[in-house]
Amino acid sequence: MTLMTATARKLLAAIALSGAAAALTSTVASAGVLPEDRADVLYHRYEGGGVTIHGPSVLVRKKLAEKYSVSANYYMDMVTSASIDVQVSGASEYKEERDQWSVGFDYLRGKTTYTLGYTDSEEDDYHATTASFGLSQDLFGDLTTVSMGFSRGNDTVRRTISNPLNPGARIIDPTFEMDLDRWSYRIGVSQILTKTLIMTLGLETITDEGYLNNPYRAFRYVDPEDATNFRLATEKYPRTRTSNAVALNARYFLPYRAAVFGGYRFFTDSWGIRANTAEVGYVHPFKNTPWTLEASYRFYQQDHADFYSDLFPRIDFQNFMGRDKELSTMDSQTMHIGATYEFGNAGLSFIKRGTFNVFYDRIQFNYDDFRDARDPGLIAGQEPLYEFGANVYQVFVSIWF
Amino acid sequence: MRARAAAIVLAAMTLAGCGDLQPWVKPYERQALADPIMSFDANPVSTAYMDHVFEAREGARGALGSAGGGCGCN
Repeated sequence: MTLMTATARKLLAAIALSGAAAALTSTVASAGVLPEDRADVLYHRYEGGGVTIHGPSVLVRKKLAEKYSVSANYYMDMVTSASIDVQVSGASEYKEERDQWSVGFDYLRGKTTYTLGYTDSEEDDYHATTASFGLSQDLFGDLTTVSMGFSRGNDTVRRTISNPLNPGARIIDPTFEMDLDRWSYRIGVSQILTKTLIMTLGLETITDEGYLNNPYRAFRYVDPEDATNFRLATEKYPRTRTSNAVALNARYFLPYRAAVFGGYRFFTDSWGIRANTAEVGYVHPFKNTPWTLEASYRFYQQDHADFYSDLFPRIDFQNFMGRDKELSTMDSQTMHIGATYEFGNAGLSFIKRGTFNVFYDRIQFNYDDFRDARDPGLIAGQEPLYEFGANVYQVFVSIWF
Repeated sequence: MRARAAAIVLAAMTLAGCGDLQPWVKPYERQALADPIMSFDANPVSTAYMDHVFEAREGARGALGSAGGGCGCN
């Protein structure tokens, strides 16, 4: 049986959905200038928690007549998963693939930039589309940039089942098709404070309505016939979720040409999750060399959703019951290092410059109320808490033309 | 009530002050700010990818990046 973890579900279904959308959206740093013409080719690889996800991402952006900018992004995830959710369910490792296409269009008029975007994400049992609109405006002698945006998404959730004619194969369940609608509203302000300091403030409200379950994942409850054991049942989620996030970021230029940056985000939602994210980092170009090194540290912590429990007392304990570890009380710590090598046009007249980049992130996830239930010999509810580390690799080439 | 009145007066004073606001960092003084190392999103493909690595494994979402943007995704 294929069982998608929250990781795979989100990554495959909707997550990278906006990945390209974000990549296509010009930043708020200046509304009166279109983003540069560039092309990026990236290979990404994530390994952790029994899951490997890798694939390419390709972005091309081009200005037209100095008033318009068009962009396109292709992103692919190839997943091999034997995550803890898969193992607890008794399922075997599975593989799947997700393809995502995004296109974007920017129009610059005076000091205002208008942005349109569209993303389509396709996999066997999940189809997601998102359309977005945004605008940004420079104010106060271009010291301030105000931006706002709106996104609308429609997802179709399906599930796979064993093929009755060929039990070793999976087919789409013809009796199961659910919808999910998504709305996102965001505003942002970027402010130049001094000749060497810039800050940004962003707020975003996201509302979902529809089928928010993972059709494959189960919660666990105490076995009524053996209190030391547990049984599994399909999760029950609310049909709506609204979240609010506010983020403050700053970047400071050091006198010897280096940059330090930091940020903080506060998050809360209607499911009872509250989260804090903090990050600090440093970028150091080496003088008279083509090399730039960077490093950063990120800390994240959240409290669990109201309807989350690692082990429910009984199958009908409450209306909504979930055991998605992404809804548990947890924290993560990330160490990031990166190296960039800048090169010139390499004799090619149509290239201005380029960079070759290698980034590595080590992420440690710790769960405070999600237990490692893989060993059936342990007493339910007394297993050790789950934790795992992940390695994230990125290798990419960027070319400006 | 008093706090709200004070907030309104403060906001009005702040906005009134905006009328005479002059850019205190001139365009020719923004060399450092224009340096690529000061970009909040110098590598958009990489940033988008990492945002979603985290979003897939954590409960929080939204308000990512310098534009306060993010996604309408689940």
